[in-house]
Amino acid sequence: MDFLSLTDASRLQFAMTAMFHWIFVPLTLGLGFIIAFMETIYVKTGDEFWKRATKYWMKLFAVNFAIGVATGIILEFEFGTNWSNYSWFVGDIFGAPLAIEGIFAFFMESTFFAIMYFGWDKVSKKAHLVSTWLTAFGTNLSAVWILIANAWMQYPVGMKFNLDTARNEMVDFWAVVSSPVAINKIIHTVANGYTLASVVVIGVCGWYLLKKRNFDFSIKSMKVASIFGLISLLVVIATGDKSAYQVAQIQPMKLAAMEGLYEGRECAPLVAIGILNPDKNIHNEEPPYLFEFSIPYALSYLAGHELNAFVPGINDLLKDFPEKQAKGKLAIKSLQAYTEAKNTGDTANAAIHKTTLEENFKYFGYGYLEKPEDAVPNVPIVFYAFRIMVILGSFFIVFFLINLWLTKKQQYPQWWLMLTILSIPLIYICSQSGWIVAEVGRQPWTIQDLLPVNAAISGNEASNVITTIILFFSLFTVLLIAELKIMFKIIKQGPETIE
Amino acid sequence: METFNILQHYWWALISLLGAILVFLMFVQGGQSLLFGTARNKSDRTLILNTFGHKWELTFTTLVTFGGAAFAAYPLFYSTSFGGAFWLWMSILLLFVLQAVSYEYRGKIDNLLGARTYEIFLFLNGTLGCLLLGVAVGMFFTGGAFTIDKMNLTDTSNPIISEWALPTKGLEAIFVPFNLLLGIGVFLAARTLGLLYAITYIDEPDFVKRCNTELKITGIVFVLGFVAILIYLSMLTGLQAHADGTFTPVAHKFFFNFVELGWPIAVLLIGVIGVLTGLIRSFLGKEKYNFYITGIGVILAVWPLLICAGFNDTAYFASTVSPEDSLSLANSSSSQFTLTVMTYASLAIPFVIAYIVYVWRALTQKKISTQTFQSKESETY
Repeated sequence: MDFLSLTDASRLQFAMTAMFHWIFVPLTLGLGFIIAFMETIYVKTGDEFWKRATKYWMKLFAVNFAIGVATGIILEFEFGTNWSNYSWFVGDIFGAPLAIEGIFAFFMESTFFAIMYFGWDKVSKKAHLVSTWLTAFGTNLSAVWILIANAWMQYPVGMKFNLDTARNEMVDFWAVVSSPVAINKIIHTVANGYTLASVVVIGVCGWYLLKKRNFDFSIKSMKVASIFGLISLLVVIATGDKSAYQVAQIQPMKLAAMEGLYEGRECAPLVAIGILNPDKNIHNEEPPYLFEFSIPYALSYLAGHELNAFVPGINDLLKDFPEKQAKGKLAIKSLQAYTEAKNTGDTANAAIHKTTLEENFKYFGYGYLEKPEDAVPNVPIVFYAFRIMVILGSFFIVFFLINLWLTKKQQYPQWWLMLTILSIPLIYICSQSGWIVAEVGRQPWTIQDLLPVNAAISGNEASNVITTIILFFSLFTVLLIAELKIMFKIIKQGPETIE
Repeated sequence: METFNILQHYWWALISLLGAILVFLMFVQGGQSLLFGTARNKSDRTLILNTFGHKWELTFTTLVTFGGAAFAAYPLFYSTSFGGAFWLWMSILLLFVLQAVSYEYRGKIDNLLGARTYEIFLFLNGTLGCLLLGVAVGMFFTGGAFTIDKMNLTDTSNPIISEWALPTKGLEAIFVPFNLLLGIGVFLAARTLGLLYAITYIDEPDFVKRCNTELKITGIVFVLGFVAILIYLSMLTGLQAHADGTFTPVAHKFFFNFVELGWPIAVLLIGVIGVLTGLIRSFLGKEKYNFYITGIGVILAVWPLLICAGFNDTAYFASTVSPEDSLSLANSSSSQFTLTVMTYASLAIPFVIAYIVYVWRALTQKKISTQTFQSKESETY
């Protein structure tokens, strides 16, 4: 099984697990609050309709929750099994959010989930409502801590490299948890979950209306979901804009890959739709696109919040690669020299090497890269994923507005109802594309500029990793099919089966 | 004792306690092991799943938190153990993935694989899952075949710092007699607690009678197994960690840890008394509190074992191929700053325990019988 290197197999396994996990998590994030809203209306009004609606969506939530938990545990432990060097190099910082997530968030969601799901006849109405809110809050808090950890990988702050332990150590916890990248990522990602859940609710209700059943239930659920979804999507777009600005500042290579931009320029246009030239690479002068439709100045504005801002291209960013690589290699060599000097009691030389390392540590990770193209992510994947995300995101603004208007009128054309159903896979594609942009776009870095993937892996055989990829891919696929079948059945049975 | 040292011991004590609580909470797995044999028909199996199904998330969450805390407090252990004993951990994870979905899917119409398959998944998690987790914990005492060289980071062509010397990647640990014995011990503890929980909370006389009969065998074998574990443990040679970073083998190291520390013996004795009290009360036909008495006994009996794996300058993860690379609390922990931050976070644990107790009580007020499933008010598995 030599068709994949250990590094690529480890990446593939993590990407596969994350993508499966991200099928289930956003629905849980959003549906939790939608359920909590509905139950709140029930408790306030005493209207049994809202209780039935709550219990119905709760059924779908529970099926989704279980498989989300199952895929989540693998992700946590894969940091150890697949990325053991990473776990040592930054475990002092990265492990803390994961542990805190367990203590503060995961216990909360899993404990109160039991009351929410099984406790209707075991606790008071108000206690049940509080449990439902705490479950929703817990699932979101869980995402918050995971996203803090993820944001830190893309924008490492609040730490210092310790030469004696050969790892990075946390020196400022608040810098880690309150980094602007973390805050923006949390809002963007969690709001994406709300949007996705809203579209799922609308799509399910659309199917009922198409089948001419559950009219009252569908209209009311659609109203809640359309308002919630529209507000959430506006938040996603606002934070997406900010995210693009942050990427331009701290991960300019990711932005260049998102645009397929090889040569930087001022007054840069944003490619709205385009086809990349497959022959283009950093070594030739081929045009980057076979076809493009661009919006003038938009990329400059997105990246620098000025119409004439200079946006560097891939080749611009690679110009100083040899210098960064040399500094990275010097930093790595200094670590070795420091250790040797320290072991022999040569404190004077140890101090010199320490200074050299600290001066060059910013480029530590470049020392593990061999050639300039190693520092470039997969441009086509990032380029097309970005466009899919943006185009679908724009579509969903119109979608929510029209659906809200139709819900007010309580009249839906048949084609629209069919579109609401089709929108369910579209929102999942949109959501997954967002993760692909964020994660493929930051390659080759596990920690931006400090640790590339090839230096973050475990000492393993590629064949072992590939075997487990096949094993877990097969299992997750079977479980996904089972989940879908169960959910389709619940949807087909409808809320009228709820007593 | 300096602050850093105290924090390292605090976190080992906390992770050990989490591990001991995990063993207690594996009564859920013990319950799942009753699905075949003790359960005679589908109705029995539904009864079991609805009795234990309200608690599986708690066990699962404790396992995840155990992993997260180990990562945050002892990152070198996390990277060495998980990266090295790859197949052992992957097998454990696979069994827990199966559990997470099976409760929810088993009773649903159109669940693709059929109820029986999900019951088999749960049974595998309840038996093999316990066994393998016990084997993994056993490596705290018997070590693993790893090497560590942090300076490998400076070799840009092969910067891997932890390597596992055997191609079996952790599966060989199953064939280490002590690990296997501990694995069996964890399974027996889980099954004993599972039986006691079933006896306490199931209101089906026939089924409870069968559980009582089985408890008399499983409970006694568990106690004998635990005694065997203690004897075996006291005979093991462990590695003494020295201030200069070196390690030397010490015969009966874990026995001496108990004796030299003192207090773990007292905790262990209270734990053993708890286990015996709960079991004897149950054998005598007293119904109430036996699960809790035995459960707390299990926590108090397991906690000092794990304490003695790391306290008293012991290598809690010894390298069997390169002893100088072994892990102790001093050489594998996070920085003092991180441990301090985490310690503040850990102050929330009593609050977490308080709401878990509230939810536990709320969901166990009434015994479960087949009548319970006729109520349509709450969901059932």
